[in-house]
Amino acid sequence: FTTFYWFCFQLPIAIRPELFSVQGSLTSYFLICSTSNFPAIMLGLSRHTFRLYNRVGVRLQSTLVVVEHDNKHLNPVTLSAITAASQLGGDVTCLVAGSSCAAVAAEVAKAVGVSKVLLADSADLEGFLPERITPVILASHQKFNFTHIIAGATAQGKSLLPRVAAKLDVAPVSDVVAIKSPDTFVRTIYAGNAMQTIKSNDPVKVVTVRGTNFATAAAEGGSAATETLAIPDLPKHLSSFKEQKLSKSDRPELSGAKSVISGGRGLKSGENFELLYKLADKLGAAVGASRAAVDAGYVPNDMQVGQTGKIVAPDLYIAVGISGAIQHLAGMKDSKTIVAINKDPDAPIFQVADFGLVADLFKAVPEMTEKL
Amino acid sequence: MSLKVLVGCKRVIDYAVKIRVRPDKLGVVTEGVKHSMNPFDEIAVEEAIRLREAKKAKEVVVVSCGIAQAKETLRTALAMGADRAILVELSPKEYEIMTPAHVSKILAAVAKMEGSDLIILGKQAIDDDCNATAQMTAAHLDWPQATSASKVEVTDAGLTVTREVDGGLEVITTQLPAVVSADLRLNEPRYATLPNIMKAKKKKMTTLSLSDVGVELKEHQTVVSVEEPPVRSAGIKVKDVDSLIAALKQAGRI
Repeated sequence: FTTFYWFCFQLPIAIRPELFSVQGSLTSYFLICSTSNFPAIMLGLSRHTFRLYNRVGVRLQSTLVVVEHDNKHLNPVTLSAITAASQLGGDVTCLVAGSSCAAVAAEVAKAVGVSKVLLADSADLEGFLPERITPVILASHQKFNFTHIIAGATAQGKSLLPRVAAKLDVAPVSDVVAIKSPDTFVRTIYAGNAMQTIKSNDPVKVVTVRGTNFATAAAEGGSAATETLAIPDLPKHLSSFKEQKLSKSDRPELSGAKSVISGGRGLKSGENFELLYKLADKLGAAVGASRAAVDAGYVPNDMQVGQTGKIVAPDLYIAVGISGAIQHLAGMKDSKTIVAINKDPDAPIFQVADFGLVADLFKAVPEMTEKL
Repeated sequence: MSLKVLVGCKRVIDYAVKIRVRPDKLGVVTEGVKHSMNPFDEIAVEEAIRLREAKKAKEVVVVSCGIAQAKETLRTALAMGADRAILVELSPKEYEIMTPAHVSKILAAVAKMEGSDLIILGKQAIDDDCNATAQMTAAHLDWPQATSASKVEVTDAGLTVTREVDGGLEVITTQLPAVVSADLRLNEPRYATLPNIMKAKKKKMTTLSLSDVGVELKEHQTVVSVEEPPVRSAGIKVKDVDSLIAALKQAGRI
């Protein structure tokens, strides 16, 4: 078996080590799977051995994706997390924990790449309190012994996964933008001004992934089996959920929108954001804001784009009346096309903008709305 | 109610500094670069001081884990109004491998030693951008956590905390002791006045070692490389709205 192991695992790595670093796309993952069998073919191993190799290979990694949802629908960030999990190789199990959330489990089971769905449904899990979800994750980990535990780097994922990591005595890896191999991840530091590649030496990798850097897995086409998970003892005395005050909007959700229009201090008031809403509706865009606009009370906090707000990477980002501080750029500089409308020709935003218009936004924005 | 509050402070490169990657590509240049207290930690310190001013807290202890220069950061917190400070001192070499996994264990140990009822931390450090220490500290202590807090009220039963979440706000209650992490909107930190800076020099600062707090520095993660992010190619300035629309149409964006 030792010889067999060496030929199947060590030899391919020795010959083509570069094939074992995943570069961030599903295609390259499949490339690895198919090409790494190459030495086995050369050695004339039978198809049977071949299958065995693949099965052993699959057992090497098994990932738990913690599903984010509102008890009714899946948050699309989970589909990005499933893609990230698929890049690691091996089984992908999804955990749906919540109250009356069976519909979400059914939705996840259809996603391509999911091998199994675990459902933890209890009224005590209302509000997704990390104190209560953590024991559920630990219970599923105890049962299935995952190598990776993954979630989207959203407010919920960021609040939950470090707590899980501490319980497992491992260091979490936050807000990953690329997966190089099952233990090596790329993340940004210093507000996106440096890319850090880190190797985790921990037995279990607890990872949150930046949704905008991983394509969403296909929502239809899979057929994973669902297993109900027994709810462990929950520390209910620690905390309770009271209420949510969510901003209501008909516009697309900021993190997943194809186009985003953001306003900054230059808008001068909350009422003037109406100009952006009108343009956004013409373009089917979401509306974001800089920290200055949020701090000045023009718009609610959950619209903030930046290092400490939301990270977006739409096809089109239009920054209106935003100077372009480091902290704001951290949240939008991966957008495909950036447009800046600002009356200050020296504003730093023009250094990252593909198309810059030096103009008074109070004239340019209505004109643009009218002409579209 | 008079709580003993513990506040974590991290010394980081100032938020306005444009960082540079080190030639060895294993970190960023820190020598000769302006450092200051992590902005989120200033908010945490301010909140703790406000709790003491509102007679909800009796003592505010600030703690930092880092190299000797972190004492300056702690002095700043003392000048803002904290009562005393603790530095868990690491060598520069040890500091390189320090992650939230270690800091959370250190903070949990200090909280136990101090008999703290409430730990307030910033939601993330603006250098490593991890957003993990508060959650991990709460886990080590088996305390409840209230992360990204924009409002904290101390009640007879514990805490009522408004949190900033993706779609808006959410309100939770926790028992005490608890760990809270501060979001930007929690408060507006005060400036230390000169008389307070002078007074802060007389306040007590204790230095502890890793063995004093019983934490071992296991290397959970190895930095493989630190690199500059890809640079965006220079864009163009358009002369009016019409040319902007034309350019966007040509690029297939509208």
